[in-house]
Amino acid sequence: MAALLQVENVSKHFGGFTALAGVSLDIAQGERFGLIGPNGSGKTTLINCISGALRNEAGKIVFQGKEIGGLPAYRRTRLGIARSFQIPRPFHSMSVLENLLVPLQYVAHGKEEEVFAILKKIGLADKAQALSSQLSQVELRKLELARAMAARPRLLISDEAMAGLSGAEVDEVLKILFDLNAEGITIIMIEHIMHAVMRFSQRVVCLDAGRIICEGTPASIVQNADVQRAYLGA
Amino acid sequence: MIFSFDLLFEAVLFGILLGCFYAAVSMGLSVSFGLLDVPNVAHPAIMVLGSYCTYVVAGWGLDPIVAGVVLMPAFFVLGVLIYRFYYETFERRGSEAGVRGLAFFFGLAFIIEVGLILGFGVDQRTVQAPYIGSSLALGEYRIPYRMLVAFGVALVLTFALTVYLSKTFTGRAIKAVAQDEPALRLMGANPVRIKQWAFGIATGVSALAGAMLIIVGPVEPALDRLYIGRTFCVVVLAGLGSMTGTLAAGLILGIAESLVLMFFGASWAPAVAFGLLLVVLGVRPQGLFGR
Amino acid sequence: MKYSIGAAAFLVAAVGAALSGAVNEYFFYAAYVVLTFVVLATAWNILGGYAGYVNFGTGAFFGLGSYSAVVLFKALSAPLAVQIVAAAAVGAALGFGVGIMTLRLRGIFFAIATVAILFIMETLMVNWRYVGGATGLQLLRPDVMAPFSSYTRMLFVVMALLAVVAVSVARYVQVSWIGRGLRAIRDSEEAAEASGVPTLRLKVFACTISGALMGAAGAPMPMYLSFIEPASTFSLNWGVSALAMPMIGGTAHWIGPVLGALLLGSIQQIVTVTISNEINVLVVGVLLVLFVVLAPDGIYGLCRKWLRSSK
Repeated sequence: MAALLQVENVSKHFGGFTALAGVSLDIAQGERFGLIGPNGSGKTTLINCISGALRNEAGKIVFQGKEIGGLPAYRRTRLGIARSFQIPRPFHSMSVLENLLVPLQYVAHGKEEEVFAILKKIGLADKAQALSSQLSQVELRKLELARAMAARPRLLISDEAMAGLSGAEVDEVLKILFDLNAEGITIIMIEHIMHAVMRFSQRVVCLDAGRIICEGTPASIVQNADVQRAYLGA
Repeated sequence: MIFSFDLLFEAVLFGILLGCFYAAVSMGLSVSFGLLDVPNVAHPAIMVLGSYCTYVVAGWGLDPIVAGVVLMPAFFVLGVLIYRFYYETFERRGSEAGVRGLAFFFGLAFIIEVGLILGFGVDQRTVQAPYIGSSLALGEYRIPYRMLVAFGVALVLTFALTVYLSKTFTGRAIKAVAQDEPALRLMGANPVRIKQWAFGIATGVSALAGAMLIIVGPVEPALDRLYIGRTFCVVVLAGLGSMTGTLAAGLILGIAESLVLMFFGASWAPAVAFGLLLVVLGVRPQGLFGR
Repeated sequence: MKYSIGAAAFLVAAVGAALSGAVNEYFFYAAYVVLTFVVLATAWNILGGYAGYVNFGTGAFFGLGSYSAVVLFKALSAPLAVQIVAAAAVGAALGFGVGIMTLRLRGIFFAIATVAILFIMETLMVNWRYVGGATGLQLLRPDVMAPFSSYTRMLFVVMALLAVVAVSVARYVQVSWIGRGLRAIRDSEEAAEASGVPTLRLKVFACTISGALMGAAGAPMPMYLSFIEPASTFSLNWGVSALAMPMIGGTAHWIGPVLGALLLGSIQQIVTVTISNEINVLVVGVLLVLFVVLAPDGIYGLCRKWLRSSK
């Protein structure tokens, strides 16, 4: 079966700095995929290239058999790629409900009732009229995910959604992601919280300095010497 | 339009001098907007304020360049205060800082301009100095001394600022805060104080730029409007954050304007800077040497 | 429904005033200018308030509209209605062009580009002898259309109509899905793009509409003054007013620019006549800075806060 997402030899430079150097990976339909690596290894740059926030300079990105490298980000979202942001970027002048109406109307062309279903699923139903300034950290993270969900994606990229959350909050978010995957949504998870990545992912890739240094099951990744070196330093 | 190589050479020569002058008056903006990302559209207005202050101080008997230098500390303080205010009111609150910050500086520019009109009237002001009014004769070409003085000061200023930013500790800190503020914070430095210092320097430099402005030609309060085009053209063409690029960009603008002035007349000259700016924005917005 | 009734009532009142012998002639001279600002402020706000992209060069669009009207009048003796439509089209074209070229860049680059357009327009008109060059052109008004007793009264009604059109357009944009997309762009352009909002297209659309309305507002001006010249037409002063009025009135709602234009426009008329034009600009600048710093949501925002707190 052809992969849902194929990243072939993607490179990205910022001036003299190489953020990504020939990264290739395939993501299968319905997969739970983990992406790890130390800070600055290129994880967010990679998903920026996939989602369209950045343009890669070399390589191809193919989604559902179509090459999407030249498409602006909003087109890629409409094709089915949704992402949450590492630092939450809510639409601060809008209520939680309205925040979700944006992707609902611009991507999914759905009805307002759908938004309530999403809010219930994610646990923000009672905050529907609240402004983002009135939300707690974990609620903001949930809003990020909810907004991505409202776009009815085929591929959801979660960028460090659990950073700074307590153990119970991590479990909450993890359950939401598991449920989404059970509905058929392919999920790429970028996280530093190792136990979450290990519990969630079927396959994990580790990036360091813009290159993939290891790929495999969670168990094998954890034992890999290169990965340990990347995280702890030589 | 009469074309001859003699005129061309004279235009290019004048353009080089003019270009260095433009580079020098854009240095302050290169720091405040190019490095610090402050949408300082009031920069030319502050420079014109510097011109008028030079006019007043020179009226007490000082040479205009000396007057400009004397004014630099006062303008440094002014810059620190403006940045502090801007930071507390806009940058700190984050959202919508863009629109409000721009509107603030736009309003500030108008307040300065009208303040100058109320204080000095709309007539043009000039200063007197031994080097203003006479020209150096080089073969068949006459180069006005005041342009040479401005050229000289411009080179010194550009050199001094570039050296400061790359060799001194605070200078490098300023460049660092432009590139990676979080990292700087982790190293224990206070980005706000560094930016405040940098903005102060940028404004202090504008005092000297203002002195040069009134040496090169007469000034009037509305002159800042024209210089929005020239300074932003230089800074954008150079590429944000590039000091040496400012010199190159200034030269390009100066020569272009001088050529247009020579062969098409003064009624077309104001559009050169703005036209070049649009071309750069449309074709290569990161400029020649931008990050 | 309430809005339509209000708009219709306003128009009826405007026409009634213009036909009445009881209203002082000077009122129409002043009101025409204030209504022009209602259109300019409303138009500015569609891009500046809703989407967050600041236009300093309102004078370029407005002036281009004026000069288009002059060219049509001089070449074809075109009637005012045709001048206005043509001016709107030209304004739209300029908005589209500037938008496509610069709205993919950061906000400040768009703002500076609008200043560039302003000066380039002025330079072009200064060097175009057909429209009078730097000294400008005197214009002879055509005969007054019955039932209005003076040309100014007719222009007043025309501008009142344009104001209603402009505000209606702004209102429609605001409440529609377009408005929500623009607000998303203003709040977080990156997140908007990731949420499927075609950010560049919406921004260019807003810029085009804004340019069209500004151009239309400029068309009757040469007839109002019986004169046109580049320096005052393409002045940055139009830009600061068109920016200050929505920011003072409130940028989130269509009523903000209307309030700001009525308030500031009236103040301007009074100050210019009783004190001086320079003090006028100073007042605008000071009020702009005060509101931007102290009351960023404008008068509209203050009213809402006051209503909420008194409940």
